[in-house]
Amino acid sequence: MTTVQNTLAESAEITYRDAVKEAIRDAMKRDPRVFLMGEDVGRYGGCYAVSKGLLDEFGADRIRDTPLSESGFTGAGIGAAMAGVRPIVELMTVNFSLLALDQILNNAATIRHMSGGQFGVPVVIRMATGAGRQLAAQHSHSLEGWYAHIPGIKILAPATVEDARGMLWTALEDPDPVLIFENVMLYNRTGSLAADAGAVAIDKAAIRRPGSDVTLITYGGSLWKTLEAADRLKGEGIDAEVVDLRTLRPLDDATIMASVAKTRRAVIVDEGWRSGSLAAEITTRIVEQVFWELDAPVGRVCSEEVPIPYPAHLEQASIPQADQIVAATKQTLGTMGSGG
Amino acid sequence: MPSLGADMEAGTLVEWLVQPGSSVGRGDIIAVVDTQKGAIEIEVFQDGTVDSLLVDPGTTVPVGTPLAMISGGADAPVQPVPSEPAEPASVPPVTVPPVPPKRAIVAPSPGDRVRASPAARKLAAAIGLDLSTLSGSGAGGAILYADVEGAGGKERQPAAGDGLTAMRSAIAAAMARSKREIPHYYLQYEIDVTGLQDWLAAANADRPPAERVLIGAACLKAVALSLRKFPDLNGFFEDGGFRPSDAIHVGAAISIRGGGLVAPAIHNTDQLSLDEVMAKLRDLTKRVRGGRFRGSELADPTVTVSSLGERGVDLLFGVIYPPQVAIVGLGSVTERACVIDGTVRPRAVITATLAADHRVSDGHRGALFLRKLGEQLQHPEVL
Repeated sequence: MTTVQNTLAESAEITYRDAVKEAIRDAMKRDPRVFLMGEDVGRYGGCYAVSKGLLDEFGADRIRDTPLSESGFTGAGIGAAMAGVRPIVELMTVNFSLLALDQILNNAATIRHMSGGQFGVPVVIRMATGAGRQLAAQHSHSLEGWYAHIPGIKILAPATVEDARGMLWTALEDPDPVLIFENVMLYNRTGSLAADAGAVAIDKAAIRRPGSDVTLITYGGSLWKTLEAADRLKGEGIDAEVVDLRTLRPLDDATIMASVAKTRRAVIVDEGWRSGSLAAEITTRIVEQVFWELDAPVGRVCSEEVPIPYPAHLEQASIPQADQIVAATKQTLGTMGSGG
Repeated sequence: MPSLGADMEAGTLVEWLVQPGSSVGRGDIIAVVDTQKGAIEIEVFQDGTVDSLLVDPGTTVPVGTPLAMISGGADAPVQPVPSEPAEPASVPPVTVPPVPPKRAIVAPSPGDRVRASPAARKLAAAIGLDLSTLSGSGAGGAILYADVEGAGGKERQPAAGDGLTAMRSAIAAAMARSKREIPHYYLQYEIDVTGLQDWLAAANADRPPAERVLIGAACLKAVALSLRKFPDLNGFFEDGGFRPSDAIHVGAAISIRGGGLVAPAIHNTDQLSLDEVMAKLRDLTKRVRGGRFRGSELADPTVTVSSLGERGVDLLFGVIYPPQVAIVGLGSVTERACVIDGTVRPRAVITATLAADHRVSDGHRGALFLRKLGEQLQHPEVL
């Protein structure tokens, strides 16, 4: 399955929020087994207004408000999926999802294995992630890298309106659990979406910008900062290729390695904390698979290892920004400072 | 202490044949070691200067013990080897497991280590280039892929799968650039080499085949001498300007078995005797065909001579190897009927050609150069 790119179709500007909403509406219409459940998804319309209007359109049976009990309703969603329906469980933020981690790790990710293949868990769990809205240290972390550690589930991180619109249906068709991480800074971002946009593949990373000098690997909210950095680098004669991972588990090694083997240099931009991060995993894979193609040590731009601060300037200083991406890239190219 | 047989565990140093400060070259005999099989001469594996002797004569040391420190050569650790291959032990029962040969490890100081990226190392290994001859453009002076490439490495297209060998790709890149950027002009000139052939035949008459001077070497030397008056044909066109070279390093195009060619430099060709030019040419040919030549030899030529005449063609027009500005082509020596003083006589002639960069010189200069070359070859005694 590939992205539908019909140049004849009309395209329109749409927000990421509305692209997610369209994805949910489309899934609800296509398959009567699909329903949405989570905190404030019904009457309130979702804490990021993604599901606003869906209660009126589809009714309380299919747009279900739940108690503030992440472990309970995530477990209910897992059970429902095992029983044959197709729940979309919404968790308000990745921080709260830790209350449901037992359900996700010990049940959703293991049932197929524990039952000897008798049961699968075709649940989709969506949640917001990332910093930038001044929601402080209990609502702002980026823990998708933790989830990407778990075998038995897939981890998606749509960064574009096309992926926000297209990944959900593919995820619902998957026979195993899929978690979708939506960066909070993307909901208001607009992009051009074809009127006939539909499902997209969830097994390939995407080259968002081709280049020859260095590969910048990123995903989710950091994609746009990385593209901005690539534009600035272009002005200084550095031609950066930008890889959008799209799927954090399983990683698309082939696309990553082909790009790094071409440019011989890589910088990974990851809003997670540096130690034990997804960036660390990708670095290791690069060293394992294309060491002899490298011309420089792999660079990383990650979040500072602090709880995400509340004050706006400190919050911004704690997560990757275009300035740091530019600096790390130059360091990798040996055009700034010494590599030691 | 090298292992001089699978069953050897230790050896006794009998005699040092060098002293601290002695300079040694690969293959020199530097010590004598006594083993159960008798005294064996120890050969050194690299060029350099003996820093210190670590083992006194009369001492028995285990295999693998460093015997001496040698500096100044390549960065590889000192590893003496026996001058003759060790025979399998003739003593029947081997009761101890064979000791694997060990290397005498002399740790290089950190400052000596070549800083080179994995990609640069891989490319250098593939083309047999010595990284210590290069300077790096990366962070902290690290040698990068592009540095190796610039020193004569291949231009590689990862995962290209186009079937081109590395050598073919390098030639393709250099020649495409040449034809794209360099406005060539071409001249040809027939030179009578009857006198040169006679002179060489006389000079070679009493020499064994390995010491004979071939006409190709004489032509190389003649080109080098002629270039002294034509600096606009000897140097590099780079960054939009011509930089003549004071030194004349003629690159001799040598074909490689299995395809491809390189044109490594014979340094200061004009200042060498004809015998020296011949010796260098023999050495280069042997090393190139064995896949061993130095980075400096590839990067340094200031002009190239191609002698496809050895392959039987009458003449060739070369493609300039950028950033050089001229290439001289030499056809085969052929017998021609020539009119001299009103009579027809058989003469040995060779057709020399010049392809030169019109941004730097004009046909007039090129013609004068070929005339000068012709004249030079009439006086082999001054070559």
